[in-house]
Amino acid sequence: MENVDLSLVDWSRAQFALTAIYHWLFVPLTLGLSFLVAFMETLYVKTGNPEWKRITKFWMTLFGINFAIGVATGIILEFEFGTNWSNYSWFVGDIFGAPLAIEGIMAFFLESTFIAVMFFGWNKVSKKFHLLSTWLVAIGSNLSALWILVANGWMQYPAGMKFNPDTARNEMVNFWEVLFSPVAINKFLHTVSSGYVLASLFVIGISAWYLLKGREILLAKKSTLVAALFGLLSAGFVVLTGDGSARTMAKYQPMKFAAMENLYVGQQNAPLVAIGILKADEKDQVHHKQNFRFEIEIPNMLSYMAFLDPNAYVPGISDLVHGNPERGILSYAQRSELGKSSILSLAAYKKAKKEGNDSLATASLAKFEQNYPHFGYGYYQGRDVHELVPNVPMTFYSFRIMVFLGIHFGLLFLVVLYLSLKDRLEKKKFVLYTALWTIPLAYLASVVGWIVAEVGRQPWVIQDILPSIAAVSKLSPIHVQITFWMFLVLFTALLIAEVSIMVTQIKKGASEEH
Amino acid sequence: MNLIKKIGFFYYQGFKQMTLGRRLWIIILIKLAILFLVLRIFFFPDFLKSRFRTEKERSDYVIERLTK
Repeated sequence: MENVDLSLVDWSRAQFALTAIYHWLFVPLTLGLSFLVAFMETLYVKTGNPEWKRITKFWMTLFGINFAIGVATGIILEFEFGTNWSNYSWFVGDIFGAPLAIEGIMAFFLESTFIAVMFFGWNKVSKKFHLLSTWLVAIGSNLSALWILVANGWMQYPAGMKFNPDTARNEMVNFWEVLFSPVAINKFLHTVSSGYVLASLFVIGISAWYLLKGREILLAKKSTLVAALFGLLSAGFVVLTGDGSARTMAKYQPMKFAAMENLYVGQQNAPLVAIGILKADEKDQVHHKQNFRFEIEIPNMLSYMAFLDPNAYVPGISDLVHGNPERGILSYAQRSELGKSSILSLAAYKKAKKEGNDSLATASLAKFEQNYPHFGYGYYQGRDVHELVPNVPMTFYSFRIMVFLGIHFGLLFLVVLYLSLKDRLEKKKFVLYTALWTIPLAYLASVVGWIVAEVGRQPWVIQDILPSIAAVSKLSPIHVQITFWMFLVLFTALLIAEVSIMVTQIKKGASEEH
Repeated sequence: MNLIKKIGFFYYQGFKQMTLGRRLWIIILIKLAILFLVLRIFFFPDFLKSRFRTEKERSDYVIERLTK
């Protein structure tokens, strides 16, 4: 891998990031709004109040616009797997294939079937069957997300698989280990609940606009109440699952955790940097070390966050790169040697098999398997091991933006819920404007959350096993650049279409049109 | 058969009565056409399938790339 074209890797990564981010602009609203619509329709069926039906149909129309524009944007990611990341695509084998196949079936049967009843079925099917369909669409969308996030979780923590050296594919040996891996579970719950927060903020923000304009007052008030309650509960759940994610990250992806905290030297009683400004260390050009221009720390918090113990030792970037024998941490140079040995053993195994030398094949296979946990590090022999350190400032700042926006959202839900219950929201212009301008912030928080997860784990496509330099297809970088710009144009056009249709529909208000 | 007819009529009526939905369907169809008839065919062929005919050839190629 010494001769790998880094511009190809960078363009392929940039293209994947671009398409994933654009795709993700549509997904969280679908996940959360589907449930909000289901809650509203449940209130309609329970109370028989036609106003709830009008409210449900209004939000359902916005859900439909988002669903229509966003549908199939994720397929592009699968195209990219097959074209740009063919080594990876082959290497992951049925680990990725099974969850994605289940996702496809679920998405097709649940979403596609019942979404038709949801939109066409008013006055044609019974109220209860219509409500059931709306719930099934919500559950179906969220179950689709489950399988995608299980696949992503597996890339962060490859559990329940075994590499088959004869086919060069990972094979699933324990489906339940893949499905219930702590990383996958936390990732799913954290991601979908953050989608509920985003959708709640969307509903509150648009309702705030109506209140500011003095239009659709009843719709706005009732919608705000439902969304604030759902948003507040979801925000609490986001905190809990985020806490769980931090612990799994500290355990399985310690470099991502250290980068997220800009922790260079490991320590016991490690503090959490609540607020900090980074400054590149001019004396240290090799390690690209970042110092703090200033920071506000919470004592012992990082140790507690990582291991539920304020005295626990948290390894830093330097410990992971250079090793720490006292703590039993191998250096990246050592891991790279073991990884190289695993790669060479795989090559020796294949050669011995071809030549019919069974004893050599068995010995090579044993050596390969022994060092397989370090396999990916082997690609860094002869390269700078600091390439294994992710972009620290990007991970550090993204995490803090996400957390501070999360606090803002939680407080906003509390204030809006309180004012709604007291029926004083209409008069609080500042709160209404804040709610309106929080809509783009919700999207920002969602995207930076993914940046923490995905930039933080670089260069790994599959943690410790496959880095991006080994996963990429042997293509011309120009080819990837061309499709990168094409996607930028296509997705921007879709986004403009979404926003303009959505804004037009919001301006129209709760008409019967759908 | 009666049920299939009913379902067919349900969809027919639904599509016929659409207003905003019609515009959304046009966007969906244009998007799917761009994705599958342009991007998939001309820009995103399956790298391994387009170069190798058998699974064995593909796996040998990947092993070679991974162990190079």
